[in-house]
Amino acid sequence: MNSIIYILPLALSLVLIACGGSESNKASENENDSLTTALDSTEMSTDTEEDEQMNEGYAVGDIATDFSLMNIDGEMVSLADYTYAKGFILTFTCNHCPYAVAYEDRIIALDAKYKSQGYPVIAINPNNPEIVEEDSYENMQVRAEEKGFTFPYLMDEGQTIFPQYGATKTPHMYILEKTDEGNRVAYIGAIDDNHEDAEAVTKRYVEDAVDALLKGQQPEVTETKAIGCSIKI
Amino acid sequence: MIHRYKKLLSIGLTLVILLLAQSCSSSKNEGYASVQLKTDTLYHDGDYQVEVVNFEALQPLLYQKDERLHVINFWATWCIPCVAELPYFQELVKKHPNIELTLISLDFSSKIRSDLLPFLKDRQLKERVILLNEPDANSWIPQIDADWTGAIPATIIYSGQKRNFYEQSFTFETLEKEVQQFQNQL
Repeated sequence: MNSIIYILPLALSLVLIACGGSESNKASENENDSLTTALDSTEMSTDTEEDEQMNEGYAVGDIATDFSLMNIDGEMVSLADYTYAKGFILTFTCNHCPYAVAYEDRIIALDAKYKSQGYPVIAINPNNPEIVEEDSYENMQVRAEEKGFTFPYLMDEGQTIFPQYGATKTPHMYILEKTDEGNRVAYIGAIDDNHEDAEAVTKRYVEDAVDALLKGQQPEVTETKAIGCSIKI
Repeated sequence: MIHRYKKLLSIGLTLVILLLAQSCSSSKNEGYASVQLKTDTLYHDGDYQVEVVNFEALQPLLYQKDERLHVINFWATWCIPCVAELPYFQELVKKHPNIELTLISLDFSSKIRSDLLPFLKDRQLKERVILLNEPDANSWIPQIDADWTGAIPATIIYSGQKRNFYEQSFTFETLEKEVQQFQNQL
């Protein structure tokens, strides 16, 4: 009888240990071990800090830098060349990204609609062609020819312009308004609210913003977010 | 008399052990169950499966209240750096099986059969893949993280109330280190 009283708590605690100490705990112990080892053995670089710096760019209201970048026809193009322009529809875009491709026709349509009104489209490919061959200068020429681009398609040679703007992806739109102080950023973000189906678009952010500027007003929506292909550095 | 008492006690003890074993196994199953989402469509090809959801239906997955570590990766088959880092996420959960990994595909909904399922099969990706079918990205991107520009790859690591967001690519080492630092801060 006495022995049973001693055995009972022992048996119970055995069950508890077996239960609590099963796979889940073992797994987390192993995990901590291996994670610590991984941490000890690896000196980490400061990639994230660089990324954060890259993400700093213009906010709406900032004056955007001009540039001199090579167009697909071999000519250098600057914003200052466009003496007639009231502003610009600047797009960081590329060949390889399906999101960029999905918007090609809509960018051509924007140029057709707004160039004559003083807001021409300027396209800049920010990607490093050594990482994505499809975005090489030669392939830009091919794609522009295939699609019949009516606007300059510039190579961000040395990738110095897109970081100043703070572009992170393709496509990434910047609407600039020409002012006495320079080209002021009036809108940053998406073209519209449906990348996959142009027919299903309900909000035309870029058109709305340019329409407002043409009326001498500021856009109601000055910043939107969209999915895109990260810029290849 | 003592003999009968012993017998009763041993039956009782057996019952207690059975009950305990039962409760601990069921709590374990509960802890490891995947959260069920209200899916629009389910595509599959053998072992490979894609759940299609809208942003609202995705919510329960983003805010599970269990104590597990959840890693959620936003990717697409067309995204070169996303595809490059996928093996590191697979490796992470293979090495640390108590982490729950979910891959949220931002592939075009029209390309599930033509691109996404063949890709999963080719890469033997048997992790949970959910296609987020919500074209108006501006409506949901800020709800994932206020600082997210919309570039992918992007990753959430969360456990309970604690949550980190990363708009960046990982190597296996940087990913594992991030997870470890996250756990140390819990």
